[in-house]
Amino acid sequence: MAILEIKNLHKRFGNNEVLKGIDLTLEKGNVLVIIGSSGGGKTTLLRCINFLEKPDKGTISVNGKTVFDSDDPSTTVYKNIRKNRLHFGLVFQQFNLFPHYSVLNNIMLAPKLALKAEMKEYKKQNGASAAKAEKARRLKAIEENAKNLLEQVGLSEKAAAYPFELSGGQQQRVAIARALALEPDILCFDEPTSALDPELVGEVLRVLKELAKSGKTMIVVTHEMRFAKEVADRVIFVNEGTIAEDGTPEQVFDNPQKERTKQFLQSIL
Amino acid sequence: MMSFSQQFPIVLNALNVGFLQTLKLFIVTLLGALPLGLIISFGSMSKFKPLSKLVKTIVWIIRGSPLMIQLIIVFYMPGIVFGNPIWGGGETGRFAAAAVAFIINYACYFSEIYRGGIEGVPYGQQEAGEVLGLTKSQIFFKIKLLQVIKRIVPPMSNEIITLVKDTSLARIIALQEVIWAGESFLKGSHGIAGQIWPLFFTAVYYLLFNGLLTILFGKLEKKLDYYRG
Ligand SMILES: Nc1ncnc2c1ncn2[C@@H]1O[C@H](COP(=O)(O)OP(=O)(O)OP(=O)(O)O)[C@@H](O)[C@H]1O
Ligand SMILES: [Mg+2]
Repeated sequence: MAILEIKNLHKRFGNNEVLKGIDLTLEKGNVLVIIGSSGGGKTTLLRCINFLEKPDKGTISVNGKTVFDSDDPSTTVYKNIRKNRLHFGLVFQQFNLFPHYSVLNNIMLAPKLALKAEMKEYKKQNGASAAKAEKARRLKAIEENAKNLLEQVGLSEKAAAYPFELSGGQQQRVAIARALALEPDILCFDEPTSALDPELVGEVLRVLKELAKSGKTMIVVTHEMRFAKEVADRVIFVNEGTIAEDGTPEQVFDNPQKERTKQFLQSIL
Repeated sequence: MMSFSQQFPIVLNALNVGFLQTLKLFIVTLLGALPLGLIISFGSMSKFKPLSKLVKTIVWIIRGSPLMIQLIIVFYMPGIVFGNPIWGGGETGRFAAAAVAFIINYACYFSEIYRGGIEGVPYGQQEAGEVLGLTKSQIFFKIKLLQVIKRIVPPMSNEIITLVKDTSLARIIALQEVIWAGESFLKGSHGIAGQIWPLFFTAVYYLLFNGLLTILFGKLEKKLDYYRG
């Protein structure tokens, strides 16, 4: 079964129809790279998947379970969105780290808040003292995990630093660790390196490559063609709100079927 | 004729009493205007256009006209225009009227500061919180609040120091604050008359108090200086 299945996704802003019926399935462990010219709808697609935009039409399912259905109002209630969106993680172009928390606390914030909510239930069922012990144990696990993630992105020594003390590349790696801390099924990246100085792009792409190798399911909007060729299992070319080309990196880059794809590939080389 | 050293303790006593009233007005204004300003700022940021337009218009009127006139209107209007002098003539009534005018006026100023602080937090912060599955209140309290506070402390401290000085405007409705107390020695009070120095001396009270506030706000700003952005 596909890990992600998007059917007939439509999104318009006013009179501007930005997504015109996107159909997309993704297998577990695959890396999907999305390319496309500016304004084509790549960001909008990722934002719809992450519930930052509400599609006008269509469905999104994860592991066969519908998480969004334009005909089912219950999937647009914030409370349900909050649960369903945790299938996904999103790494922003501009990092969006929380400036007032240290690196480690940026990573631990969401897991800690989730734990707090969970422990309320636990306390009701198991009593206060059991809950206290359990909470301490789980907090330790959260911190342990956050430190492991920091190591994974090569920033162990920056745990206590604040975001303003980091370079863009380091900030983006923290943002990746922060997203990973919630163990999303699918991790999405919207041009994760395009706000970075060229010499910092490599360190972020290296982290992405390792994630891909470890079997993480990923959707990456990027114009880094070498990265795409090396890492992608699949590439789609999004043009004017539709998927114009869909295939392996070799198919899309070396043997594009559509004239529009050829033009685009020429323009970015 | 009393010597200066005889006058001084008498004047100081009277000024202390006046300054207590000044301080009271200052504190009551803050207690009222800080929360009311937040409510007004939510109104002015409302997505419901008629509400935000209305609130913005009111804020514009209050900020655009002199506080002194607002004081006079609040104090005299009920009695003179509506024939219903709700405030009464005594000091308590004057204080209540002054407090109402000050709270409304300063709430409008504060609301603009709050709005600037809230709108100044990048929208990416909200979205980063959302994709991490945070509730709306968690996003407000855990992500935005401190960033808003950091943004509003400098303009707030300016406004609050202005408020200390503005309390003297309540003199216009004869509230017996520190300026009123200083002025009374011109006409004659406590057996002292024709003396201008007590009025000048009131400035010392303002200076000392504002000096204290400046130090406190400086400390707060420093505390929030541990991060940038
Ligand atoms: N919130 C919004 N309100 C109105 N229009 C929007 C909004 N967000 C995006 N659009 C429009 O939708 C279209 C697609 O934008 P989108 O950001 O998805 O493109 P993109 O493929 O990510 O482009 P880029 O490569 O420049 O990032 C654009 O025409 C854009 O102006
Ligand atoms: Mg984009």
